[in-house]
Amino acid sequence: MSQRQAAWLFLAPALLVLGAFFLLPAIGAFGLSLTDYDLYALADLRNLRFIGLHNYAALLQRREFWAALGHTLYFVSVGVPLSIAASLGTALLLNSPLARCKAWFRTALFAPVVTTVVAVAVVWRYLLNTKYGWANEALGWICIHPVDWLGDPHWAMPAIILFAVWKNFGYNMIILLAALQATPPELYEAARIDGASAWRQCRHITLPMLGPSLWMVAILTVAGYFQLFAEPYVMTEGGPLQSTTSVLYLMYDEGFKWWNLGSASAIAFLLFAIMFAVTLLMLWLGRRGEEA
Amino acid sequence: MAKVLINGLLIGAAAVALFPLLWMLSASFMPPGAADTLPPPLWPAHATLHNYHELFRRAGMGRYLLNSLLVATAITLLSLALNLMAGYAFAKLRFAGRRGWFRAVLGTLVIPAQVAMLPLFLMFKYLGLVNSYGGVIVPAMASAFGIFLVRQYARGIPDELLEAARIDGAGELHIFTRIVLPLLKPIVATLAIFTFLTAWNDFMWPLIVLTGQEHETLPLGLAALAREHAQDSELMMAGAVVTVLPVLLLFLALQRYYLQGLLLGSVKG
Repeated sequence: MSQRQAAWLFLAPALLVLGAFFLLPAIGAFGLSLTDYDLYALADLRNLRFIGLHNYAALLQRREFWAALGHTLYFVSVGVPLSIAASLGTALLLNSPLARCKAWFRTALFAPVVTTVVAVAVVWRYLLNTKYGWANEALGWICIHPVDWLGDPHWAMPAIILFAVWKNFGYNMIILLAALQATPPELYEAARIDGASAWRQCRHITLPMLGPSLWMVAILTVAGYFQLFAEPYVMTEGGPLQSTTSVLYLMYDEGFKWWNLGSASAIAFLLFAIMFAVTLLMLWLGRRGEEA
Repeated sequence: MAKVLINGLLIGAAAVALFPLLWMLSASFMPPGAADTLPPPLWPAHATLHNYHELFRRAGMGRYLLNSLLVATAITLLSLALNLMAGYAFAKLRFAGRRGWFRAVLGTLVIPAQVAMLPLFLMFKYLGLVNSYGGVIVPAMASAFGIFLVRQYARGIPDELLEAARIDGAGELHIFTRIVLPLLKPIVATLAIFTFLTAWNDFMWPLIVLTGQEHETLPLGLAALAREHAQDSELMMAGAVVTVLPVLLLFLALQRYYLQGLLLGSVKG
């Protein structure tokens, strides 16, 4: 067996799986979004019609779609900066030469990342309970009135954001911690000799050295947060008053509750297009920032 | 002073990170109704295994646990085999179009998984895979991320080693199983724990493809339970413990490999 034959033998199974069960359906999703695939087509394919871009046009006129997009953008634009701030803060603390028991703290802070979203979302639902939850109990100690976290349309999304930050910050913390540890210690030594304060060392050495990692982490986190689904599914079922219905939640309902698979595919594709555009924009901004 | 501040902040952050998990564990041992009292209790006054009994006897949690174990184990073993072979081929074997194919694999990482889910559901419906273990396992049998991870690691294997084996007349399969695999051991551990955790925690696709209770995994069973038994806090906490504890323990045991994979995966290829 030649190397070329061996290579294809080794590659074939993985490429077939990726091609048949991911790439092909992903391309098929675009075709599906151009049809009126619904419950009738599911029963009998002869009911299927090609309707061009009608699904997209209809979606762009639907209030629910814009609302879902708005909620998702709210979640991304508040959740990502908060997550990264938490990751950066804890990474800086862990990197401090004064910190004790670093390995233990690192494990403790990372633990929420490996837990199952559904399970910890159930736990948080009880912690956020208006009457018996620990969140309001703790707020009571500092004399803040109980908040109806998951029952008030104004508070439900902030509650989900808090949960997502708690669940996810450990991931980026590990990446940023590694970047911090890669910063040559001579830089800090030189700065100390020049009499730079801790704050100025952070501002002029740590953050610039961290820049590329921070930006990469931001891009990946934005992409991840656009895919909000399990949290509202478990904690609020998209409510109250649809205030936590994300784009994917809408897609799931449209596709698997109402069986409008054509329209649901159009939602999936619009989300993909938006994510792609945002990622490109962030990459472009990152490159411009590097040149400046 | 600075030392007290930094360690104090770390203790505070760790307390916030761990409190929900510890409370989950504590409340799971409380008798029904005990968690819903004022002020909310931290410890069970009378610890009981009642919720766990209830969970396994009445709510069918045992079935979900077995389903989860089966699905996550099958995905881990199969995807490990496929990703290792493909990653090694991309790293070390010479063939026409290697760069192009590898780029194509990486390119799929741009597409969110949910885009493929609707057509995949229809495809599986015609293939008869809806509501079967296969429906969850088959699409997860290979992953672009896994292939990428193996390829990054396998590039460190010296070519001379493989050439020497070829000169000695060893076949490519023999080289892969006898020389390459032992060298890839660390990345096998990393990839195995990563894949297992991802499969165990996966929610959206299983929710779509598993339409009946008999094949449901733990997250699905727990989500359904949480919708039906919303008022039984203590029962829910026991369910959450059963779902989270296996992966948490696995992570604690293999932490080093998990974090290594996280860092390898985040390095730009």
